[in-house]
Amino acid sequence: MIDVIVDLVAATLRIGTPLLLAALGEIITERSGVLNLGIEGIMYSSAFSGIAAASYTGSLWMGLIVAVATGLIAGVILAFLTVTLGVNQHVAGLGLTLFLISISNTVNRILFTSDGGQVRVDPWKSIGIGGPIFDQYVFTYVALFVGAPLVWWIIWRSGFGLRVRAVGENPEAADVAGIQVSRTRYQAIMLGTVFMSLAGAFITLAYVGQFTINIINGRGWVALALVIFGRWNVGRCIVGAAIFSLVNAGQLQLRLVPAFADVPFELLLALPFLAVIVGLAVSGRNVPYPGSYLKPYRRL
Amino acid sequence: MKPRFVLRAGNPWWRGPLLVSLAAVTTFVITAALIRWSGGNPIAAFRYMFINPLQSKFGFTESILSATPLVFTGASVAIAFRAGYWNIGAEGQLLAGTVGATWFGLHAEGLPPAIAAPGILLAGATFGAAWATVPALLRARLGIDEVVTTLLLNPVALLVITGLLNGPWRNSETGFPDSDVIAESAMMPVVWPDTRVHLGLVVGVFVTLGCWWFIGQMTGGLRLRAVGLSPGAARIAGLHVERTLLTTALVSGGIAGMGGASEIAGVAHQLTIGISSGFGYTGVIVATLAALSFIGSLVVALILGIINVGSFSASRALSIPSTMGEVVRSVLLITVVAALVIQKYKIVWKRREA
Repeated sequence: MIDVIVDLVAATLRIGTPLLLAALGEIITERSGVLNLGIEGIMYSSAFSGIAAASYTGSLWMGLIVAVATGLIAGVILAFLTVTLGVNQHVAGLGLTLFLISISNTVNRILFTSDGGQVRVDPWKSIGIGGPIFDQYVFTYVALFVGAPLVWWIIWRSGFGLRVRAVGENPEAADVAGIQVSRTRYQAIMLGTVFMSLAGAFITLAYVGQFTINIINGRGWVALALVIFGRWNVGRCIVGAAIFSLVNAGQLQLRLVPAFADVPFELLLALPFLAVIVGLAVSGRNVPYPGSYLKPYRRL
Repeated sequence: MKPRFVLRAGNPWWRGPLLVSLAAVTTFVITAALIRWSGGNPIAAFRYMFINPLQSKFGFTESILSATPLVFTGASVAIAFRAGYWNIGAEGQLLAGTVGATWFGLHAEGLPPAIAAPGILLAGATFGAAWATVPALLRARLGIDEVVTTLLLNPVALLVITGLLNGPWRNSETGFPDSDVIAESAMMPVVWPDTRVHLGLVVGVFVTLGCWWFIGQMTGGLRLRAVGLSPGAARIAGLHVERTLLTTALVSGGIAGMGGASEIAGVAHQLTIGISSGFGYTGVIVATLAALSFIGSLVVALILGIINVGSFSASRALSIPSTMGEVVRSVLLITVVAALVIQKYKIVWKRREA
């Protein structure tokens, strides 16, 4: 029994890492009043570009740098569309996701799979610091003990975070107070995409060590839901990510239980997604959206 | 020097088309670089993509066939977006529609075609609307963002199909994860002799025209537009905003589901895991490029159908990746929405004030 629980907790931490990283990025972005629906595509393209660079240079660190650079480029595109031009944020973000996924698949075909191969690297290993629970990837520790506190500090304690919240709640007032609305939103979007690209890089460079089609598989959408569930707060998002990941880890364990052998595994795979929807249904009433959520700002 | 966007007072008639053409040129430049990289000749590739499908009857009718599901999903997304209901779940609703259609088709043995053919479309629409129900209720009753919930149900729909095909619906002859072939009476008849263009296209066009007529001519359509333009004002005017959203969401899901049924009954005749190649997501592209106009979405669906068929023949002839068509349409989406916004503004370069 203890073994099962230990496995469950360890798996929860692993599964939760990319979700937490991506959700942290989305929190910062949405706090500035911008929705980033490109999250799924940014994770996908960073996962691909990271492993592609790593396999060409032989360095996982190079891969990580390229993955983050991919995120930054995507961030500039999204910021230009949504902040500078004021394009509908649903369309811009979904368009970005479709673009990044299709271009990653195309480049993957050109570079790796045209002769039936597949890109693989020797990924980062987990680091044991005592017991199976603490046998985790560096990413996991960084996400939980550096990323989450850092984002909390940025939002609530730094001058930049104050500006982000100001332009997210009331850009007119922020503008009058001398805050540069567009610049702040650009910064928030791009800082957000850095976190999303780390989430993508974690999956190929540490977790899996290879790139396959559909590797992100809706994780970006789950992170998006976790942000609403977490009401744009780091702590609540960690709780949400933990619950989702526990359900996910649980369904992986359930498959090994003989009594569940007859339950179609697809049903179990769908459980975590349904859990998120139930979570939103239970807690998602009257959520305090940022005041200027989805609204482009332009001086009259 | 700092650029500033100033709203234009009026637009000469040529500015819109000019900017959209510029967007198309930008798309060509970006994708040409990618085609060059994959070792193909961009000019030749574009000839295959855009010209070749129009040069033969086969190419043209295959493009129409490829546009058929997009006609449905384009109308589905457009009507939802018009009401301000951000349904990004047309993919899942279409997949649910394929399940309903397959279920009906497998049990339609012995029914006359006059009942079975409308029946299978209705089954698809019902399943599609059912799949849209949960996000719609959550939005209308509890105010929960429909974007995330509709998105999250897309992978779930695919899992349902995988589960059915690995379980009860596994092919009884081959044992592969494809369903059995549906009853012949439930299949869509071909409407253009010697091609694969089927009745589903006609239905899709009529559904689209119906939406267009409803939005423009009916009181309900006016209500829907009012809710989409300003829910607050609509509520003050005494409209039932939530009821309108709920109805629109179900209709939107139903149309997408009917699109799934049209694919099962008209083309595939069986359920497969790859039944939809992103038709629902492409529906968002269709509706957006058409600026949410229903007549426009018919044209855009046809254009995307041409690009789809063209990119497959380009991929075969020039051995470039077949996913190039997806790149073209997503880049086109981004550049065109940018162009549509830019045309409304004049860019003024202004010295920074001290």
